[in-house]
Amino acid sequence: MKAKKGEWVKIHSIVLTPDERAPQVPEDTKKVPLETWVKGFLLDDASVGEIVEVKTYTGRLVKGTLIEVAPTFKHSFGENVPELLQIGLQLRSILFGGEADE
Amino acid sequence: MSNAYEAVMSRKNEIMKKAVGIDYSEFESGTIAFDFEKMMHETGYTLEEMQKIQGETGVGNTPIYEARNLTALARKCAPEGKGARIFIKDEGSNPSGSFKARRAANAVYHAKKLGYKGVIAATSGNYGAAVASQAAMLGLKCIIVQECYDSKGVGQPEIIEKARKCEAYGAEVIQLSVGPELFYSFLLLLEDTGYFNASLYTPFGIAGVETLGYELAIQMREKVGRDPDVVVCTNAGGGNLTGTARGLIKAGAEKTQVVAASVNLKGLHMASDEQFNKKSFTTGHTGFGMPFTTWPDRSDVPRSAARPLRYMDRYVTVNQGEVFYMTESLAQLEGLERGPAGNVSLAAAFSIAQEMDQDQIIVVQETEYTGAGKHIQPQLSFARENGIDIHFGEPQTEVPGVSIVLPKHPNLIKAVDLDMIKIRKSLVKNAIAQKNYTEVSASDLEFLVAETNASEDFVKEVLAGMNVTIK
Repeated sequence: MKAKKGEWVKIHSIVLTPDERAPQVPEDTKKVPLETWVKGFLLDDASVGEIVEVKTYTGRLVKGTLIEVAPTFKHSFGENVPELLQIGLQLRSILFGGEADE
Repeated sequence: MSNAYEAVMSRKNEIMKKAVGIDYSEFESGTIAFDFEKMMHETGYTLEEMQKIQGETGVGNTPIYEARNLTALARKCAPEGKGARIFIKDEGSNPSGSFKARRAANAVYHAKKLGYKGVIAATSGNYGAAVASQAAMLGLKCIIVQECYDSKGVGQPEIIEKARKCEAYGAEVIQLSVGPELFYSFLLLLEDTGYFNASLYTPFGIAGVETLGYELAIQMREKVGRDPDVVVCTNAGGGNLTGTARGLIKAGAEKTQVVAASVNLKGLHMASDEQFNKKSFTTGHTGFGMPFTTWPDRSDVPRSAARPLRYMDRYVTVNQGEVFYMTESLAQLEGLERGPAGNVSLAAAFSIAQEMDQDQIIVVQETEYTGAGKHIQPQLSFARENGIDIHFGEPQTEVPGVSIVLPKHPNLIKAVDLDMIKIRKSLVKNAIAQKNYTEVSASDLEFLVAETNASEDFVKEVLAGMNVTIK
């Protein structure tokens, strides 16, 4: 995927490789690098996977691998959790009467 | 200048001095003791100044609601005659949606006053949004650094939502994978930008929360004519409890008992890549609460102004399932959709109210906003995707990282007391371990007595047990 100069993109880079990690880090974390992600306006035309430079929202110039063009947020209210439907019914029953009243 | 990990960490004190504008050495004794009150006095603001600063950006004066239906429910679950009236201070109605606006208001105001062009905060929590919101109002640039993803690139929905909120206020968000070396990236950024470190743990930040405790006392006097018997604070880094308790004291509510509450995440390692997405709470849990209570000086400033054990009368834990259940109860019975993390203290208060008489008063001192990602349904849904077994049952059988047990009846919600003697001992041991002291001065002893909120005899006994002598 190609991105044009000035487009809003997300870049990725490795901050510390596994062997550069801090001594106090637990074993499982020590096996993986410390990674970072930042967004900004692309300084030159580029393709996903290339090393690029961006200008972040506060105006910093940062280099990294272009991983996403026009990133947005996709977090949501998740999948239905059936248990949640039961709580209100139980509470109303306890408080305002019904077969579960104690 | 080298940017290698060790090299940057060794420049820590120098970078911090520039980035917070406080020379912490002025308050140091050279040994264990430092002058906490002098630090709060000389670098903080008076209560009146803080109220004015916060008022200018619409922070504070949040309402207190009486949770009548939750009180009635607690009385149904409690022994005859028990069940204190439960009140909730709706801090979620602050700009940015949490009490953290109070901390941020002072920090960002201070940064602007000192002439900094921007502010940086290292936080995955509500504080990021609070700093970003304040920076937007005061016209400063803002960078938020958050720990967000595991090594597979899977992010906690709650933290992703906070990134969105920070960006909405015009902040730059830098996201990192799991690991304490976030601090390394943070130091490099401070050095590179010359921005102010809007740390959660500076005297300005903590003093900003004093208005909460003060307001709470005044509001309760207006509402019910007296001070609350108990105030419950969700506890992680300790700033919420420290500031609230100091505010209560400033209002003269010295008899009010201050209770800390954290979600029990026992067994989960906070720096573990594999366990990162096995938890459903990213703050307000024992993974921060315990280490920061037993040794506060592990934050991003040399001396933390959050020193919760000084003010803590009691420390309880609740389980993840109990907090989720109470979050749903708050929406279903009180018509308030808030949390979940801010409802840790609510779950604890629901249980503690049942130990208290019906004419007594218990106040939950915060709520927080809720929304996509940061809500019971996405958080439980995410837990299920990560293999966590969610079911109704006995909450005490919950195993953090393995299961979330929703109480099958509200009468099963029980705040579990932590051993305060053990916690106090632990603080003394941690203080001694800083430099493997074999003897301490009289002023160190006095400091430890204040830090542990214990008697001099208690501290002397702990020291004797460690073969540490007093000069």
